[in-house]
This record gives sequence, C-alpha cells and structure tokens, in this order.
Amino acid sequence: MSESTIDAAELRDRVAALLAEHDPATTERPEFLRARFDAGLAWVHYPVGLGGLNAPRELQSVVEAELAAAGAPDNDPRRIGIGLGMAAPTVLRFGSDELKQRFLRPLWTGEEVWCQLFSEPGAGSDLAALATRAVRDGDDWVVNGQKVWTSSAHTARWAILVTRTDPDVPKHAGMTYFVCDMTQPGVDVRPLRQITGEAEFNEVFLNDVRIPDAHRLGAVGEGWRVAQTTLMNERVAIGGNAMPREGGMLGKVAATWRERPELRTAELHDRLLTLWAESEAFRLAGTRLRQQLAVGSPGPEGSGMKLAFARLSQALSGLEVELLGDDGLRYDDWTMRRPELVDFTGREAGYRYLRAKGNSIEGGTSEILRNIIAERVLGLPSEPRTDKDVAWKDLPR
Amino acid sequence: MSTPDLLYSDVETDLRASVRDLLTDRCEPTALLARVESAEPYDTKLWRTLAAELGLAGLPVPEELGGQGASVRETALVLEELGRSVAPVPFLGSAVLATAALLGADTGHEPVAALLRRLASGEASGALAVPLSTAPGSAFPSAVAADGGGRLSGTVRSVADGGAAEVFVVPATGPDGPGLYAVEASAATVAEPVSLDLTRRIADVTFAGAQATLLAGANGAPAALEHALLTGAGLLASEQLGVAQWCLETTVAHVRDRYQFGRPVGSFQALKHRIADVWLELVAARAAARYAADALATGSDDAGVAVAVAQSYCATVAVHAAEECVQLHGGIGMTWEHPAHLYLKRAKASQLALGTPGKHRATLATLVDLPG
Repeated sequence: MSESTIDAAELRDRVAALLAEHDPATTERPEFLRARFDAGLAWVHYPVGLGGLNAPRELQSVVEAELAAAGAPDNDPRRIGIGLGMAAPTVLRFGSDELKQRFLRPLWTGEEVWCQLFSEPGAGSDLAALATRAVRDGDDWVVNGQKVWTSSAHTARWAILVTRTDPDVPKHAGMTYFVCDMTQPGVDVRPLRQITGEAEFNEVFLNDVRIPDAHRLGAVGEGWRVAQTTLMNERVAIGGNAMPREGGMLGKVAATWRERPELRTAELHDRLLTLWAESEAFRLAGTRLRQQLAVGSPGPEGSGMKLAFARLSQALSGLEVELLGDDGLRYDDWTMRRPELVDFTGREAGYRYLRAKGNSIEGGTSEILRNIIAERVLGLPSEPRTDKDVAWKDLPR
Repeated sequence: MSTPDLLYSDVETDLRASVRDLLTDRCEPTALLARVESAEPYDTKLWRTLAAELGLAGLPVPEELGGQGASVRETALVLEELGRSVAPVPFLGSAVLATAALLGADTGHEPVAALLRRLASGEASGALAVPLSTAPGSAFPSAVAADGGGRLSGTVRSVADGGAAEVFVVPATGPDGPGLYAVEASAATVAEPVSLDLTRRIADVTFAGAQATLLAGANGAPAALEHALLTGAGLLASEQLGVAQWCLETTVAHVRDRYQFGRPVGSFQALKHRIADVWLELVAARAAARYAADALATGSDDAGVAVAVAQSYCATVAVHAAEECVQLHGGIGMTWEHPAHLYLKRAKASQLALGTPGKHRATLATLVDLPG
C-alpha cells in the first residue's frame, strides 16, 4: 500500500462531488450509502475499492463533519457495531479479495447485519477452550455446537465464527475462523432472556451447518490469531468516547437527587459526592487519554477505562435505587422483549441497576481486565498454567 | 470551560527529569531514615539546591519579582517528584502556601514584593501560619490578634514546615478587621510537637506582641488567604499522586521478587488484582491532579470544582496506595527499616491537610448544585 497523499481539502472536494451527484434530500438512504462507499468515503483509511482511499484514519472526522452538515443519512453505526467494529477489520485483514468485495459494502451500508459467534456455555473468559466442532467435508466444513451471548443473531445475515478443528493439539492451536451464513439450514437462534426481563442476546445452536471452505478467514488452525484481531478491535470500541461532565449514569442519579429533595439522606449524600468526584476524575482520565492519542503517544491507561466504567455504573445505579426509597421497590416492566439497541442508561433506575451488572462481564470480565493490567501493564507474572501444553480433548471440563 | 491541557509539556518533562535525578542522588531512603531521627530533620542543603540553585521556589512568581515566571503547573510537577521521594524540604510551606498567599495579595505593595523576592530566590524559607488542616473556604482565622500598633499575639497550632521557616505569613485579626502580616521567625516562639508525618513536620507558633509588617489589610487579606488555601489544596493533589506512584512502583517491584509457595507472590491473582486497582486509581488521580493544576494556572472559573475533585480523590488514592504498599510487603512493610512507613505517614497526614476529602466533597456539593 503506497503512502496516501490525500489531505483534508481533497476529502472535502470529494464529499462535495458526492453530494452534488447524490442529493441527500432526494436520494434514498441505501442508495446514498452505497454511493458514499463507492466514492471511498465510508472509512477513508480502508483501501481504494473497499470503501476507502488509503487516507489517514484521523481524517474520517472531516468526512463525517461535512456530511452531517449537509444533512446526509448515516449508516446507523450503533445498530451495526459488531459488523463495523469487529467483523470488518477481520475480513479486511484475513479475507480473500473475493470475500472483501462480497462482504464489506453491504456490511458498511447496514444492508447486511453481522453477529459474533465466539462465547460458548463452556468457554467464557477462557474463549480458547471453545468446543464447537468444524469437520472438513469436501469443499465444505460441517459445524456442530452451541454459542451464547450473541447480540443481533436474530437480525444478522452473517456471523464471524470460531470453531475447534483439531481437538488433538493444545487449545490455542486447534481453532479455525469462518464467516457463517446465518440463513443456512441448521442455524437455530433462540432468545436468551436476561435478568432485566428482556432478551438483547441469543443462544445460537449449530446443527450440521455447512460452511464453504472459501469462507474461512486465516489458515486452518490459526483461528486464535485471527480472533485476537477481532477482540483487539472490540476493546478499542468500549469506553473510549468523550463524555460531558455528569454524562451517563451519573447524570441520571444527579437529576433524581435534584428533583426529589425529600429523598435525601446524609449517608447517601456523601456516597453520591464520592461517586461524583470519582466519575469526574475518570472522565478527565478519558480526556487525558484522548489527548495522548492526539499527540501520538497513547499510554496504557486505556486498559483500565472499561474497568472503571463498569464499577462506577454499578455503584451509581445501585445508589439510585436506594435513593428512590419506596419507588425503588418498583420495576417498570418485566415483559420479555427484544430491544434492537442496548441502552445502559435507558428505562428506569431498576433496569439500569440490573443491566449494569453486565458491564463487568461483557467484553472481558473485570477480573480478566485486572489480570491484563497486572500482567501487561505492570509486568507481574501470570498464574502457573496447567492447560497450555495439554491437548484440548484432554482438558478437564 | 476551555479545553484543559492534561498532559506534561516537554519543558515539564525535562524539569521532572532534573528534579528526579537530584532526588535520586540526594534523597535516598537509608539516609532519609537516618535524618528523620537526627537533630536536622529538614535537609537544608537539598532545600538550598532546589530553591536557590534550581530556582524551584519561585516557579509561579513573575520574573520581575525574582521568580521564574512559569506557573503552578510546573510547581505541581515538582510536588509530584517531592512526593515520590517524601523529600524533607519545606516546599509546601514556603514555595506553595506562603508564596501563594503573597501572590494572592497586592504584589505592587512593596512589603509583599520584598518578601516574595526573598522566598522566590530561596534566600529565606517561609510558612503560612494557619493549621495545616485548614480547608479552602474556612472562616478567616481568629487565633492571632493584631493590636493598633501592628503587634501580633496568639498561638497557631500545627503550622506546616513551621520549624524550618525564617519568616511567617500570618493571618491575624485587628481593630480594622482581618489582616495579613509578615513576622520574622526570630520574633516568634516555635515549638515542634512530635509529628505523624516524619518528613513534613508541623510546629506550634506563638506570637507574644511580635513586631509584624502589614502585607494586606481588610480588603485584601481574606482573598489572599483563600488563594493560598485553594492553591495549596489543588497542588497537594500532585504531591499525593507522587506518593501513590512510589507506593505502586515499590509494591510491584516487591511482589515480583518475593517468592512464597514456590512462586513470585505477584503471580497470585488475589494480590495482583489489588495492585491493578491501585494502578487504575492512579490513572484517574493523575488526570484530576493535572486538571487542578491547569485550572489554577489559567485562573479557570472551574478551579473550585477542579480542586475539590482533585483533593478529595487524590488524598484517598494516596492513602489507599500507601496502605496497600504496607500490606502487600508483608512483614517487611511493618518495619522501621523499610521506607514504606514514611509514605504511609505522609499520605495519612496529607489526607487531613488543607481540608479532608469529606470537607472537599461538602464544597463540591455546593459548587455542583447537589445540596444535602
């Protein structure tokens, strides 16, 4: 890939040309998004022909600002976050030219939703222990197993899938990574109801699902390495956004405090202020982290932001339920529903309290994150491992 | 609110390196432990080098008043390093509190300018004659009375670095109301009680008709004192950050080297999760301390919130880091021989200094409209 010569002015010209040919006011949304992709303005750091221009990644904000100012529709990135944040970088890095051409455009426009088939009932923090088997059969692979905690599986057209292809070698060595067609016979998606009453996630049962070998990403047995690319991109996405003071969960409880003076007690007051100060300190830490990134010297601080976010969300939402007193005994609705988007600060205090319990599990448990900080940032030795040199099939389970 | 600069500039990074080199060389733990029980608990030679030779006593003082014309951002950075070494020098008392009181007064008034020159050049060491526990926003103190002739009488307990001071900046109340005065230490009686903090001592200072120079009258004295207390509380957060940083680094080094049950104790998750939590607290403490220093340096409208957040948070983090340091060292952490206790004592005493975390949270409640 040659060094890009594209600058902000050039990008503005290209945006203007796109807008001139496809007036957002009169162009259907999917058509506009396809045109934007074809103009290389989807993700400017991607290669030419795949929605990008080989431009520096930080110039993306120039494109977004110009298009937002023109009232152009976006691709609703929250709805297709797994595709954008996890599947796309993995397909880009490990997919054949044919797969890249086939998948990236409808992924980016949102016409095809993606999901992630990684976690299993027996493989959570220890993802490399996964047991879903893929067996070669001619030009296909035949897959059997069960995946869990899959968001968007019920709306997804495609999935990124990690399987066990060789049980006779240590667990990290025997995995293979595929793109799975969610419309294939044998793919059975069932809602997974959670403690809030709703089902954001799914269980996915795979029974003799056939996947063409052409849909493999990376070499046979290299699935762990491919999955690292996916997961690295996931952690970048969590906890990295700018937030105003009193944003998020703190804003909810602060508003309740101000609106309901009759609920206040001295004990809750000091806890609220302690959490206010701590939330502000971590908000500033996020600001500082972005300032470090902007000058090109990212520190290891990012590893901790999700850990802090989970702890504060849980403490604040728990405080809010207590603050509400009598009203804290009520819950808005236990009806099983299937929300399209996750909203940690949505609905009522009771929901926020229960949903926040997931914040210290999803995307790496807080315990695993502490291990990562201790081992990779502080250089402490790992626990002795009993599973590294044992064939997967011989591991206790 | 403009965007605060929470990073360290190249100049600040260079400054850090030179201060750290000096302290590594001149303030190593064994010598420090010997010093704290000697007749010279303060290291006057080190203080002279820092204050006079490196010019660190006058960082935020304008050049025309004998200072460096920098800002309290740089002062904060020096405090990080001094905290990291628990250096026994009267920097907080003289270069932070007394100096900030003078900078908060009318520097065009000759006695103020003259005293600033003495302190900024390192020619003299000062102290602000208030109890170290005094928080920003406190009522103007009444412990010292001024008579019509400008003579001061009264006792002020627990003055930070009072034993090292050659001159006191004294808030006193007289017939015309509050005033800020300068009194030479030779005109006061200074008693040193046994301090919890071995490397920053307190003194009880008694004035008995002491001859004083008026620095600020009723119009200026309360604001000057408040400036000193707010600046001190905000910058102390950086010192607490430095204390916590040493505790974390020392603990990490220990648990990597210490073997029990046939492996480094740092490989046990029960320990490393606790250490990871301290590391994470330091990430936020650094951002909060930098923000407070920046807000004070730029005179931001948000300085009150910035200081209350930084002081309530960083004080707590420093105590936690020091307590974890002692615990995770096991038996050696409980000995006099190991320097961890110097940091625990500094952290715990600093938690009370310039307002407890609870006091700063009460201030925050008012500032951010979360009344009790």
